[in-house]
Amino acid sequence: MAQYAVLIYAPDSAHGPDATAEETAPHDRHAAELARSGAMLAAYALTSRDLATSVRGDAVTDGPFVEAKEIVAGFYILEAPDLDAALAIAKLNPACQLGGGVEVRPVAAGGPVER
Amino acid sequence: MIEEAVAAAHRRGWAFVLAATMRVANDLDLAEECVQEAYAAALQSWARDGIPDNPEAWLTTTARRRALDAIRRERTLRSKLPLLVEPEETVEDAAMDEAQDEEPPDDEVADERLRLIFTCCHPALAQEAQVALTLRLVCGVPTPDVAKAFLVSESTMAARITRAKKKISGARIPFRVPHGAELPDRLRSVLAVIHLLFTVGHTAPSGADLMRADLADRALHLARMLRELMPDEPEVAGLLALLLVTDARRKARVDASGRLVRLPDQDRSLWDSAAIAEADGLIVAGLRTGRLGRYVVQAAISALYADAPTYAETDWGQIVELYDRLLEIWPSPVVALNRAVALAMVAGPEIALAEVELLDLPGYHYLPAVRGDLLRRLGREEEARAAYAEALNLAGNEAEREFLAEQLAA
Repeated sequence: MAQYAVLIYAPDSAHGPDATAEETAPHDRHAAELARSGAMLAAYALTSRDLATSVRGDAVTDGPFVEAKEIVAGFYILEAPDLDAALAIAKLNPACQLGGGVEVRPVAAGGPVER
Repeated sequence: MIEEAVAAAHRRGWAFVLAATMRVANDLDLAEECVQEAYAAALQSWARDGIPDNPEAWLTTTARRRALDAIRRERTLRSKLPLLVEPEETVEDAAMDEAQDEEPPDDEVADERLRLIFTCCHPALAQEAQVALTLRLVCGVPTPDVAKAFLVSESTMAARITRAKKKISGARIPFRVPHGAELPDRLRSVLAVIHLLFTVGHTAPSGADLMRADLADRALHLARMLRELMPDEPEVAGLLALLLVTDARRKARVDASGRLVRLPDQDRSLWDSAAIAEADGLIVAGLRTGRLGRYVVQAAISALYADAPTYAETDWGQIVELYDRLLEIWPSPVVALNRAVALAMVAGPEIALAEVELLDLPGYHYLPAVRGDLLRRLGREEEARAAYAEALNLAGNEAEREFLAEQLAA
């Protein structure tokens, strides 16, 4: 089995500071399904664009690092035998139907830090 | 004699031998290396022992044995360095077990070639990489020749192929044939690669000659192979038909001095009637399935051009109708432009010109070329000339440029 990171891109995160349960529902439901399937190792939903701060060199600026229509709204790590299997899971992300999409990248190394 | 036999086995059997070796090697680089070595070994071995009854089987056995030896050496090395190397799951063990099985029956062998094709044309690879890998791995074309076909340097092409292979192993693009819901999309990218290869061969984007016959031949060979491997896919039959009927005009498309001859002026007796007949058979069968895809409809349109005894007797009305169907399946301004050419024959150049003026195809030289032709037929000489000048400016193929320059001067 290999590990893949799935970066979720959307015009903004559904999980803003004032997000209602209704807004986050499709994403939460999808996360719960993935957790049940056993394919997901870890998952993080990020807050909205407004809360992002970037550091480039010494300069600190307000906003996401890359100026684009979409931002990384969240990411998760899944385990799959190959890319086709990973893509089949990643395609189910609601972001793909909501004006965004996902990027799938094999994980080189890493994991939760033991404490 | 031996060289000829090896060359023939290369042409016919490369994809088969590589795909079958890949199953043991589990790594494209290793598989490719072993297959190359097997072909090299054949030169000596066949000269000594005679040409085997089944050259592909001999080559496959030889290449697989080399792959197994390489894996064994690697494993021995690893077992001697137990403290330095982390234990890994033993894909090698699985490969070993599988390789010791009986030779797979023929239908499974066919499947192996399909796996290779679908891996090379995986949408996770850029299309230019898909095309290069298909030529290199499925057709066995040496990298310098692949580079020449796409007019890039050998080092650029080698880097492109290496990068694609690294992505296949690094991202674990599987060596498998997609099925079920996945298949239509994945098949579309395979068909697109073969079609692109043919298009580049049929009218070279640049250079002195109108065609690069070797590429068109490779594409036809691939389309035939795919048809043999997937006999029930109507679009596979459609693509083969389209390539056959388009390629049937090959001999008539340029005159003795290499100058472009347009469809109305082509000597129809030079057309390959056997290829047209074969395409017709595929198209009729394809239309009967009722599941109309873009390649079947495109082939049907080309066949209507090809079946007419003269250009004037072409069934323009039906061609326009088929273009309407094609636009429903595949809404593309290029299709709309081709439709306008046929429409001019039915409804006159003025109506066709109005449609052409609506199209936006930046950098596409056929758009101003068609506009120039329609304007000339309407007697709007000055505008026609400006359109031809624009087309000439955009065209890269010398035979086409010469034709456009003549129109400009006329």
